[in-house]
Amino acid sequence: MKKIAFTLMMLMTTLNLFAQNNDVEMADAFRSNGKIYVVVAVIVIILVGLLVYLFTLDKRLKMLEKKSSDKN
Amino acid sequence: MRKTWWKILGAVLVIYTTIAGLLLGVPHLNILNETIRNLYFHVPMWFAMIVLFTISVVYSVISLSSKKEIDDIRAVEAVNAGIIFGILGLITGAVWAKFTWGQFWSFDPKQNFAAISILLYFAYLVLRNAIDEEQKRAKISAIYNIFAFPMMVVLLFVLPRLQSSLHPGNGGNPGFNSYDLDSRMRMVFYPACLGWILIGYWIYTIRFRTRVLENKSNL
Repeated sequence: MKKIAFTLMMLMTTLNLFAQNNDVEMADAFRSNGKIYVVVAVIVIILVGLLVYLFTLDKRLKMLEKKSSDKN
Repeated sequence: MRKTWWKILGAVLVIYTTIAGLLLGVPHLNILNETIRNLYFHVPMWFAMIVLFTISVVYSVISLSSKKEIDDIRAVEAVNAGIIFGILGLITGAVWAKFTWGQFWSFDPKQNFAAISILLYFAYLVLRNAIDEEQKRAKISAIYNIFAFPMMVVLLFVLPRLQSSLHPGNGGNPGFNSYDLDSRMRMVFYPACLGWILIGYWIYTIRFRTRVLENKSNL
């Protein structure tokens, strides 16, 4: 009984935590109609593109390093 | 593959934190609203900058004792890469400030000191360009760097805490503690810092290797 009461009490306190500051304006509407994922997709595409570019730069540099060490 | 694992890790962490940082839940706080997510992108820029400047000062010390040109090149390229992140940190901070503090530049102590510490490193690069003789340049700029680094640390971590500042965690400002405790944000913030530090280090190695190749072809 004590255990159940304790669990319930903990649950109540955590529920309280989730419910706090619900009046603060967040981008809830933006999220609920799903368009935020478009923005996330665009940002991720840019980021992946830049990172892939960094990898190709790295590869090209490695090739040049190899070439110049062969020469010497 | 054995050597590139950390580059892949950095790329994965940066992509993960971008997705999770935009989509996962964050605390609902007044004024900040959704801009609290900037913590995942603005703050790691500074961490990356500080790590790169630390690498630079370490190689400056090494170059003073070893007197090898390669250590001097490492020091200057670390500063070059670090400055990119510092400028990005300043710009992102200014944009964030516009929408939460009301102005791009509100002469907040931390804002001012961050700008000054970047100017310190601009001075390092200018000083280098002013000296033609290579050994002299390496020595003088290494000594300058050893003085500039603690100045940067004091400007960014000590002085802003001694006065009231709009930045969190300074001068009695309640700070990010309230949401540092939020485990949801920790799950994104720490990987973001590590990821951007790795990317910053990667950019530094590319710059360094390019410079070594350039010097080789000039011989």
